Formats: sequence, structure tokens, C-alpha cells
Amino acid sequence: MLKNRIIPCLDVKNGRVVKGINFVDLQDAGDPVEQAKIYSDGGADEICFLDITASNENRDTIYDVVEKTSKKCFVPLTVGGGVRSVEDINKLLNCGADKVSINTAAVQNPEIVVESSKKFGSQCIVVAIDAKKNGDKWEIFTHGGRNNTGIDAIEFAKKMEDSGAGELLVTSMDRDGTQVGYDLELMSKISSMVNIPVIASGGVGNLDHLVDGIKLGNASAVLAASIFHYGKHSVKEAKEYLDSKGIPVRI
Amino acid sequence: MNVTIVDYNSGNISSVINSFKEVAKEKVNVEVTSDLNKIKSSDKVVLPGQGSFKSCVDALNNINGLVDILHEFAVNNKKPLLGICVGLQMFADIGYEETETRGLGWISGKVSKIDNQNGKFKLPHIGWNEINITKDSKIFKDIENKSHMYFVHSYEFVPKDKSVISATTDYSSNIVCSVEKENIFGTQFHPEKSDKIGLKIINNFISL
Repeated sequence: MLKNRIIPCLDVKNGRVVKGINFVDLQDAGDPVEQAKIYSDGGADEICFLDITASNENRDTIYDVVEKTSKKCFVPLTVGGGVRSVEDINKLLNCGADKVSINTAAVQNPEIVVESSKKFGSQCIVVAIDAKKNGDKWEIFTHGGRNNTGIDAIEFAKKMEDSGAGELLVTSMDRDGTQVGYDLELMSKISSMVNIPVIASGGVGNLDHLVDGIKLGNASAVLAASIFHYGKHSVKEAKEYLDSKGIPVRI
Repeated sequence: MNVTIVDYNSGNISSVINSFKEVAKEKVNVEVTSDLNKIKSSDKVVLPGQGSFKSCVDALNNINGLVDILHEFAVNNKKPLLGICVGLQMFADIGYEETETRGLGWISGKVSKIDNQNGKFKLPHIGWNEINITKDSKIFKDIENKSHMYFVHSYEFVPKDKSVISATTDYSSNIVCSVEKENIFGTQFHPEKSDKIGLKIINNFISL
């Protein structure tokens, strides 16, 4: 039986982890490689890096991080943030990323999804959808949630599947950072609309939210950042909790 | 000893390279190349594969003489070869991804799309699934039955001769996820992404 995945996400800025796990035995809390290793040793099913480096001159720092991590972690590594072109995807894959998540570029130029999935295979193309509720629909936001495009998120999700995306990483902008739980309505709507796996993101504050994301949001995988930071919960704890609620996980 | 990972522009193979280097350490030399002479003289060969069946077969055929050298290595000389993901699928006679494409024909059978039972099962089959070991395979030495492996695929290999199957996994149906035919090994899952247990399989192959 296929297991539901738990994916811890690390925000990386200028090659350093922002927030992150804060363990006493950690030699360098800002080192993404060390943090990713802790997650994979703890049973993370995948690791996700979100590059939030703002300035262009420091953009290359992520390649170095990916290269080092992929030599230490032998679980899938997804990298997103600032991916603009097929060449960016190529570079990340060559450095050792297994999947690349595309956000703004996929909205501005959906051809990038068509082209990259043909070139590298759908298995490594994740489209990240940032959506915010507006009335009875959800609209796509880009540029880290700053720009409202007015595009319907559900329709866009379908379009991305047709364009060759292998997975969708769906983040509720209303919930992101609030710790009140995923937008389950959004997750389940998108999940029922597409035949590719949906990764739920945005809003996790406790372990029950992970359970809800899978049971009620119908997500194949749940992504979370802050509940794993500062050692609030370990990945192992999260998996044991899901298991106790009858969710199939890899333990 | 030399282990050669065939680099034939089949997409992203850095994870395969990293994992083999991690396992090999100093005791085994890991070469990444499409050089025919190096492949020929190597002790073991790894055939990775990402993307579609057709794109991988096309990429193999694009390198002059490569298919012949691999055939000589695995079929005539019976030296150990491990195919991973589409690398395994290409052992088949024929594949149906994108368009009907001839495979290497080393293990008779076809590669067809996983039946998703009218959308009941999501495709690709992505994530960790348990393997049911159906026969003693050398690469499963010290691997427990029901171990979790990482999968990413939408197509499955259906061999004619079921005795080559060494493991299956349960998704929408029983999917063949590992084969062993004499010296030819293949895994549909990604040992290079299956954590310590995956590295163990790689170690088993290297230690053959």
C-alpha cells in the first residue's frame, strides 16, 4: 500500500536556513545540509527547500546547498523558489535535486511546465500553487503571495496537470503562517479535480492538522515547516501520530 | 572493481551517482560515462532512466554502438547489470509510452500504463510503498520483506515469464517492481532515493 508522505520544508536564504530546527546537539543551526540530514534520519519521506533569497547576486547559493545535501541525504529532495527557466531547472537537477517546484514562472509562462516535463520527465516537475480565497473561489497569487493574478486556482490546477506537472504543491495564502490548519476545502477540491498527487501546504500548527490534510483534504502528502522547527515536533512523532489515526505512513 | 553508470542523457542521474559513490567509498571505482570501451571493460553496469520509455530508448540509440555494447555486456558476456526505473523498463520488447517503441528485448514483455481504475488511483504512483519479495534475489540480501521503497512512475513492466519477477508492490494492482534474470537485475523503485535500505540494495549489487 502506498504511504502518505510527510515533507518537512526548510526556508533557505542566502544559503542559510531561516528558522529551522533548534537542537542543542546541532553544531550549526543555520546549515541546511545538517538540518536536512536530521530530517531524513528522522524518517522524513522527502525534504523540501524553499529558496527565499531576495537578491539576484546570491541566487547561486542554493546550488551549492543542493549539491551538498544530495550527497548526504538519500531521500527525494524538492527545491523551489525563484525558478524562472528551463535552464534553472536543469541546473538544480544537475546539482542533485530530484524535483523542482515552479511557482510564478508557471503562471506567467505555462509553456515552461510543458517544456520541462517533456525534457526531464513529469516526475521531477512540481507546480506550486499559492491560492487565496475570494468569495466562493480561490485565486492564484504569485511572487511569494504579493501579486493577485485573478486566475482561478482550480482551473489552473487542471491546466497544470494537462501541461505535464507530476505533482501539485498547494498552499493556502490565507492559512500560511497562521497555524490554524490547511484550507481543507481548497485541498479536497483540487485533489478531486486532478489525477496527480496533491501536496497540502500552509497553516499547520499541530499534528491533527496533518491528519486532516490527508483524511479531509485528500492530500497524498503533507508539507509543514514551523511545527518541525525548534524541535516542537519531530518527524518521527508526526508519523507515529498519523499511524495511530489509521493513516498509512512509512515507519 | 569498476562499476559504470551509463550516462546517455536520460535525464537527471545525479542522485544515482551520489548514492553509488556513497556506498562504494574507496573500495570500488564508480565511473559515469557513455564511453563504449569503458563500459565494455567494466565489471558491473548500472542503467538509469528517467523521463519516458521512448525518450530513454531514443537517447540510448543516439549514442552509436551503445545498445550493442550493452547487449554484449549483459546478454552475451552475462556480466551484472542493474536497470533502475525506465532503465528496468527498457529490458522489455516493447513500450507504449508516448508511442509504441521497441525496447532492448532482454526480458520478454511489455511496458504499459498502470491501470488507475478510472481515476481511483493517482498517477504517477509517487511515494513510499512496500515491496513483496517473491523470490530470493541477490540484490535483496538482508532486505526484509515489506521494506519501503521510493517509487515515481506511471508505467509498469509486465514480463511474459513471471519467474523473472523478484518483487511486486501493491498499488492499483500488483505491480512488478523488481526483476532478476540470471545476471540482469532491475528495480522499478529508486534504491538511490530509498534511504538506508535502498543503499543496502546498491551495496548488494556492488558486492555481487
